[in-house]
Amino acid sequence: METPIHVSGLRKAYRTRAAVDGIDLDIHSGEVFALLGPNGAGKTTTVEILEGFRERDAGEVSVLGEDPRTAGLRWRDRLGIVLQSSTGLDIVTPREALATTAKVYSRARDVDEVIAAVGLSDKADDRIGKLSGGQRRRVDVALGIVGSPELLFLDEPTTGFDPQARRDFWELIQSLAGSGTTILLTTHYLDEAEHLADRVGVIAAGRMLALDTPANLGGRASSRATVTWEDEAGTRHTERTSTPTQLVAQLAARHGGEVPKLTVTRPSLEDTYLSLIAPHLDTPTEDLKLEEVTA
Amino acid sequence: MKTLAIGWDRTVLELKMYFREKEAVFFSFAFPIIMLAMFAMIFSDSFGQGDAADAGVNAARFFLPGMVAAGVMLTSFQSMALSVAVERDDGTLKRLRATPMPPVSYFLGKVGLVAITSLAQFLLLIAVARFAFGVQLPSDAGRWVSFVWVFLLGVASGTVLGIAYSSLATSSRSVGAIVIAPALILQFISGVYFAFTDLPDWLKQVASLFPLKWIAQGMRSVFFPDSWQTQEMAGTWEHGRTALVIAAWAVAGLLICARTFRWTKRGTT
Repeated sequence: METPIHVSGLRKAYRTRAAVDGIDLDIHSGEVFALLGPNGAGKTTTVEILEGFRERDAGEVSVLGEDPRTAGLRWRDRLGIVLQSSTGLDIVTPREALATTAKVYSRARDVDEVIAAVGLSDKADDRIGKLSGGQRRRVDVALGIVGSPELLFLDEPTTGFDPQARRDFWELIQSLAGSGTTILLTTHYLDEAEHLADRVGVIAAGRMLALDTPANLGGRASSRATVTWEDEAGTRHTERTSTPTQLVAQLAARHGGEVPKLTVTRPSLEDTYLSLIAPHLDTPTEDLKLEEVTA
Repeated sequence: MKTLAIGWDRTVLELKMYFREKEAVFFSFAFPIIMLAMFAMIFSDSFGQGDAADAGVNAARFFLPGMVAAGVMLTSFQSMALSVAVERDDGTLKRLRATPMPPVSYFLGKVGLVAITSLAQFLLLIAVARFAFGVQLPSDAGRWVSFVWVFLLGVASGTVLGIAYSSLATSSRSVGAIVIAPALILQFISGVYFAFTDLPDWLKQVASLFPLKWIAQGMRSVFFPDSWQTQEMAGTWEHGRTALVIAAWAVAGLLICARTFRWTKRGTT
């Protein structure tokens, strides 16, 4: 099967600062791939090069079998792009915006069906300017999928959503992925990546620091677990171990059953992510600043 | 064929958006009509007697050519410069570029919008002039032929120059000042609100560099008595030069558009 996205040795500099500094990436057909990284990490630059909005300095890029630099309208007919923010549609209705967008695609989906798929049937004839942030983002996604794309780009789709809107949105993306659309998603939210993505890439300072399934990212699955408990005197103990089950069994034997206040934790995706990007942050994190203040 | 069909579809959408935007409707569409009505009422006494009255020119007829010219500039140049700059800033152009829409269709949509709004505006202007203020409209075909080419050239040059000019605005916040201020000054020095003859010579020379002065002059040749051409700078209507200057601006505008038009904001590639 064709690889929808193939990138190798991608580089892009703004003046002297390297925004993308040698990225390799292959995204497979039907996959949901999440690109994570702090602001200024090179996520948007990478994605915009793939979308054909930016020129690259070096490297090989193939998107749906074509070089985005030279690909034409026939290529765009197979893509769906949901930009980071889109405004300018305030005075039209979702139905109007979708109807005119559908006309430019050769394999456009039925407008009413798309409106229903994004859950906007009640709002189809309201001005987009009157919709909530989450509803507007649904319009953006509807515009991105109305052409039945083989590959969908989603740039920070749920920024500013309330938790319920985010959950609903995730269901929408999962249903798209279920129908075989390849999706490249950028996000700040680790729970979002964990929930939606088949694989996750972490970018910082223009480089791909880690690339794996959410469960295995950065050696998460095999890394040591932290076991904590209290002894009879109420003193808290913490032990990091690669064999937590064995330790818990020993503790259970020692306590003759229940171990007081026992916890076993592995690093969350967030812990792994933060430790991956920590060396690449220009500014200290909030915690470090606080420590400085109190020290 | 598909390019044309999409262009027409865009025209319909552009028209819907134009008339839903109250500010645009007021400041570019209704403005010349309101100004004509106001001037016609305020200055009705000054045209009651003397040369003007003898020649059959009342206040409304005196201001009509200027208002028609201002209308051409507002619905073409001003509305294009404003809308394209805002669409570039808010990401509309980028979103359109992300689709397989042929770029020509976008411009066809704009051309369709300008053609329909400027024609509708003109028809309203002469309807108000004729029925509210009793202005005698030209009856000979030759004058209407002049009107057609001045109008078409004016609208075409305004449209391409507006799209070219939109690139000067770096954000939608600055666009109002960058577009409206020069447009307003140009209207004052091009004989739209004042009789062009009342301006100092050097200002007339400056105005002659820009197309609006020539559109206004062309419109005077349509709506004023022929004997009034002696009042013009050259003492004649100068149809040949009028056509040449406006056409030159149209071609220049087209070349600038082709070289400078961007779908994304500056500094984002």
